[in-house]
Amino acid sequence: MSEKEYYIPNGTYWPIIGSVGISTLLVGFANQMHGASWGASVMALGFAITVFMLFGWLGQVVSESVNGQYNQQVDRSFRWGMSWFIFSEVMFFAAFFGALFYARALSVPWLGGADNNLFTPELWNGFSATWQQIAFTTPGTTLQSGTAISIPTKLVDATGLPALNTILLLLSGVTLTFSHHALRSSKRNQVIGWLIATIALGSAFLGFQVAEYGHAYADGLKLTSGIYGSTFYMLTGFHGFHVTLGAIMLTVILFRVQKGHFTADNHFAFEGVAWYWHFVDVVWLGLFVFVYWV
Amino acid sequence: MIALNFLISLAFYANDCFYLGGYMSKLSRVVASSTALISTAVFSEYGLNMTEGVTSVSRDIYGLHMMVFWICVAIAIIVFGVMAYSLYTHRKSKGFKAANFHESTKAEFLWTAIPVIILIVMAIPASKVLIDLEDTSKAQMTIKITGHQWKWQYDYPKEGISFISNLAKSSKNSLKSDTKPQHYLLEVDKRLVLPVDTSIRFLITSNDVIHNWWVAEFGVKQDANPGFINDAWAQVDKIGVYRGQCAELCGKDHGFMPIVVEVVSKADYAAWVAKEQASAAAAVASATKTWSKAELMTKGKSVYEANCAGCHKIDGSGIPPIFPAMKDSVIANGPALEHMKIVLHGKGGMPTFKMLGDSDLASVITYERNAFGNTGSVVQPSDVKSVR
Amino acid sequence: MTTVTASHDEHHHGPEKGLMRWVKTTNHKDIGTLYLWFAFVMLLIGGALAMGIRMELLQPGLQLMEPQFFNQLTTMHGLIMVFGAIMPAFVGLGNWLIPMMVGAPDMALPRMNNWSFWILPFAGGILLSTFFMEGGAPAFGWTFYAPLSTTFAPDSTDFFIFAVHLLGFSSIMGAINIIATVLNMRAPDMKLMDMPLFVWTWLITSFLLIGAMPVLAGAVTMMLTDRNFGTAFFDATGGGDPVMFQHIFWFFGHPEVYIMILPAFGVVSHIIPTFARKPLFGYSSMVYATASIAFLSYIVWAHHMFLTGMPVAGELYFMYATMLIAVPTGVKVFNWVSTMWRGSMTFETPMLWAISFVFLFTIGGFSGLMLGIAPADIQYHDTYFVVAHFHYVLVTGALWAIIAATFYWLPKWTGKMYNEGLAKVHFWWAVISVNVLFFPQHFLGLAGMPRRIPDYALQFADFNFISSIGGFAFGASFILFTYIIVDCIRNGKPATARPWEGAKGLEWTLAAKAEYHSFNTPPSKELIKSESQHS
Ligand code: HEA
Ligand code: HEA
Ligand code: HEC
Ligand code: CUA
Ligand SMILES: [Cu+2]
Repeated sequence: MSEKEYYIPNGTYWPIIGSVGISTLLVGFANQMHGASWGASVMALGFAITVFMLFGWLGQVVSESVNGQYNQQVDRSFRWGMSWFIFSEVMFFAAFFGALFYARALSVPWLGGADNNLFTPELWNGFSATWQQIAFTTPGTTLQSGTAISIPTKLVDATGLPALNTILLLLSGVTLTFSHHALRSSKRNQVIGWLIATIALGSAFLGFQVAEYGHAYADGLKLTSGIYGSTFYMLTGFHGFHVTLGAIMLTVILFRVQKGHFTADNHFAFEGVAWYWHFVDVVWLGLFVFVYWV
Repeated sequence: MIALNFLISLAFYANDCFYLGGYMSKLSRVVASSTALISTAVFSEYGLNMTEGVTSVSRDIYGLHMMVFWICVAIAIIVFGVMAYSLYTHRKSKGFKAANFHESTKAEFLWTAIPVIILIVMAIPASKVLIDLEDTSKAQMTIKITGHQWKWQYDYPKEGISFISNLAKSSKNSLKSDTKPQHYLLEVDKRLVLPVDTSIRFLITSNDVIHNWWVAEFGVKQDANPGFINDAWAQVDKIGVYRGQCAELCGKDHGFMPIVVEVVSKADYAAWVAKEQASAAAAVASATKTWSKAELMTKGKSVYEANCAGCHKIDGSGIPPIFPAMKDSVIANGPALEHMKIVLHGKGGMPTFKMLGDSDLASVITYERNAFGNTGSVVQPSDVKSVR
Repeated sequence: MTTVTASHDEHHHGPEKGLMRWVKTTNHKDIGTLYLWFAFVMLLIGGALAMGIRMELLQPGLQLMEPQFFNQLTTMHGLIMVFGAIMPAFVGLGNWLIPMMVGAPDMALPRMNNWSFWILPFAGGILLSTFFMEGGAPAFGWTFYAPLSTTFAPDSTDFFIFAVHLLGFSSIMGAINIIATVLNMRAPDMKLMDMPLFVWTWLITSFLLIGAMPVLAGAVTMMLTDRNFGTAFFDATGGGDPVMFQHIFWFFGHPEVYIMILPAFGVVSHIIPTFARKPLFGYSSMVYATASIAFLSYIVWAHHMFLTGMPVAGELYFMYATMLIAVPTGVKVFNWVSTMWRGSMTFETPMLWAISFVFLFTIGGFSGLMLGIAPADIQYHDTYFVVAHFHYVLVTGALWAIIAATFYWLPKWTGKMYNEGLAKVHFWWAVISVNVLFFPQHFLGLAGMPRRIPDYALQFADFNFISSIGGFAFGASFILFTYIIVDCIRNGKPATARPWEGAKGLEWTLAAKAEYHSFNTPPSKELIKSESQHS
């Protein structure tokens, strides 16, 4: 399409389908949590509708793009859209990191009587304000809701799997960049090769993450292990979820590369996914440092 | 005042259009009072302004409040005055021709700088007051205050006194009636008693959700956070009765957990402490004896109505699905151990009642197990003690 | 340069026929209309709940409802007004106006725009449906403090959580769209500093939305896991802290209140110059002031938490930062007054609303400043003084600007003129009753009446009575408002393309009823210059 024209897409049913899908998914989930027998099936239905919507909507965008209906302006809009979407994700993670920092720097020491909270230990017999070990000295404690607190027998270790995972993810960022460079110089086979390497590294990361969860869980570190378990699983869990999404997106991109959708200077989808992957990468660095290491 | 009268007559007018039957008598009262408002004597009765209170902190706060208020009034007079003048003078209907200026660095600088200066003038005394009221180190005695849904628990750690303070029956019984007792919603069954001219530190915490202990005349308002202890202090220099309310939404009966503090002379305070200690000793003694079922049921009824009826209702019907009925409850008709456990330790929305004495607990549990047509066993204070 | 709008759809020059037009639409005007009607319906629902509140508070004693239900009313009133009425109304205005004001044919990402809207009815439906669930609707205030909203809340809370997720998702997409539109669809000859203030304020608001809404999503997600999966974020027994919830909530919550007022500032900055027939005073300082307010709004959140037991240093810091916001806000007020100064003013309905906005918002701002004085907030916090403060900034601030904007741009939206006489009656009715409604609440708060209570001590009776009467009168004014709007749409006299003598802005260069696609050819440099706010 000419650079002198505005592109205005025609009407579409995909958004309303998306709304129905997501709402069904969430309503099913909420009912599932409250013991409705049909909750899970409704959830599955909602999920299916959402996936259908994603395929349909993105498929339409891809075909329009491939047909040359877009111009530079549309491309720029997509770029603005993707970058601010990623920024919103950054703020989403910031909420959880904020919780981690707050708990670690403030609430746990305060519960132990730090600062001007010298009276607080009155409420807490045998409380130890040590990060990761909050519940160690008070076995049998329950949360306010009555849930029993699970006390881990071992601390999380940053060396080992988490360190390996850091290397894997950093490497995947490099391979993805190689792939991008190859794309820019139109070397399709290299693009595919590096992409496959990236996806493989990402999948390996996920595999090790699952193994790591298995260890932690066996050691008694659960969601119910107090604030440490809460922040640990919330942060790593959401991160893992994002890696999964990123890997799926990379796979889609791989197929599109094979179909020859991208040219050396027109490949927004590739770059958008690459930004996303790098973002996931950077989040992991934060996780590695603040959740596992210090 | 004029503005206020104006507002009130507006309300009168609005009400005229919106004739609301039975409210006419009330309306005449409103109008009568609007005339009376002009004299400052009733100023305080109608509560137009913040209380000055009876502590140094509350007076400092009042001073700050008035200072900031008058500064705002002054700025408002200037800004609104200029605007009103312009609205009146610079109108097209009077043939005023529009100027075309739209910038003036000088003006912009001035109205950035002057507010900054005004703000600094406000910030200095505010910081001083803040630092003073947060400093509890001079306290001569300590009271621990625990918020519960929906009542306050007061502990005098040194004196070994501990009790619970509920909304008074007189208020509870007149919620839906037209005649209201004096101090409606602001009276309790047992008041917090404090000595005058003594610097007191309050340690404030909660047992379930967040509450807030507020007595305006003391200038004390502090969140009660579950699991944490906040502090505040007050030195009251006037004997009297002071009233306040919970000031943080804490669920259904947030509006019904008042605070009443009786500040007495030091001698009266000492006498009160002695009396409380004696009755506490008697309660401990009574916990070791074996009670008859009738005794337990009578006492249990009053404990139940004071502590449990808020959720489980006077007739034991509860408010399902959140607050289960006691009538035909599996737990109240089952093994006594489970029953004692849930009352002592709580569960989910059910708060713990371990702050009640053994005899209170034994009687309320017995009551629940045998009232409302339930058929459970009798529980003795010694049983409760062994489960604690 | 000649450019045309391209679309591979045949009927791209006009709307589709039938109901599906609204479901499928990618047109910024259609979507804007949808948003505005949705917001209006929500305003009526939220207002009806408020009428319930005022009804119960008319007299001391429990007359109409149980305390738990009263709390549900308060909570849902706050939530619906904030997320259902005010925010969607501003997004609707943004949708309608921004493409016209920047000389674009439509929004940058029209399909996503459709989705942003069509999530809302679902989210709103889920939220409202909680009223009919076991245990009732959420009853923990619109601020949903833990643990009242976690351990001690009914099952319906999980539906509320998901509704908030959806609302947040919609807002984020809407904000992204506006940023992309302003930065990428703007007429090539329009520099940033040529943009009308409504566009500027919305651009900056978008950054607030993208920064704040995800944090809210994080907060409700932690609530969800605390409630259902045994985590302990907000539970001290597990090392968490209920106050942490408040920090996270207000990190969102404070920017949120500016999200609701910055576009209002934008609206007023259009209306006052128009009817003063004089350029806006201090255009660039308006832009900088908006940006400073937005920046400051991220670093003052704990002024809602002065009583939670923060360390003194924290309280001091948050007090100072909060007070600072008065400076850029003052700049705005002074600029508006200077715009009026030596203008040639007329007082058509939009101008009346705008002038009363300046008066009443400033009163709300002053009470805000008083609240910001940390030691004094000890006495104000959680009383009706706070309720009075935020209704002055929200109702006579945000809502006022929305109503002003409606009257101001209604001719452009419908091509017709509303009934000026009736509109003036409506204005006076509303502005008087709203003060009867909210002004006495200052006194109630100072005298010590806590907020969120269904019943009160006897000394509060008189002012509550007055306030309720004012409330009913103000509520009834919306019946007239509805009539005026519907009457304009159906029977209004044709309007001219530029119905206001002094109006400037690209939108007035379009047809009386703006074309379906606003600018198929970008406006020329000369046109942009002559229509800009600072010439
Ligand atoms: C549109 C929404 C909006 C806006 C614009 C504001 C504006 C401000 N608000 Fe408000 N606020 C709310 C919505 C808003 N607020 C809500 C909803 C709540 C309650 C939430 C809840 O708990 O439910 C709240 C509560 C709230 C509190 C917490 C009270 C408490 O719970 O104890 C505080 C405390 O600092 C505060 C302060 C301020 C300040 C300093 C401003 C400033 O921005 C005001 C600045 C404006 C002016 C000062 C006037 C104009 C200036 C001049 C004419 C210049 C010269 C002036 C001087 C130098 C003084 N607000
Ligand atoms: C965002 C905007 C917004 C708006 C526009 C309003 C509008 C109104 N609000 Fe409120 N309000 C909030 C935001 C808002 N509010 C928030 C955030 C809270 C805090 C909640 C909390 O504590 O958690 C609150 C809390 C709040 C309280 C305190 C409750 C309490 O603490 O217990 C009260 C009490 O008077 C109140 C009243 C009103 C009234 C009378 C209106 C009126 O302006 C409404 C007028 C509109 C209508 C009436 C609807 C239109 C008309 C009809 C439907 C037909 C006519 C009907 C009749 C005449 C019956 N609101
Ligand atoms: C704050 C409200 C509240 C108060 C006050 C309260 N309860 Fe409860 N109670 C509850 C709730 C909520 C439950 C349900 C707990 C659960 O199962 O999760 C409950 C459950 C119970 C049960 C178990 C009933 C069953 O069948 O499951 C007993 C017994 C009980 N309460 C006794 C008492 C006694 C005795 C008192 C007063 C001394 C009291 N409650 C005061 C809220 C309250
Ligand atoms: Cu306790 Cu409110
Ligand atoms: Cu704020």
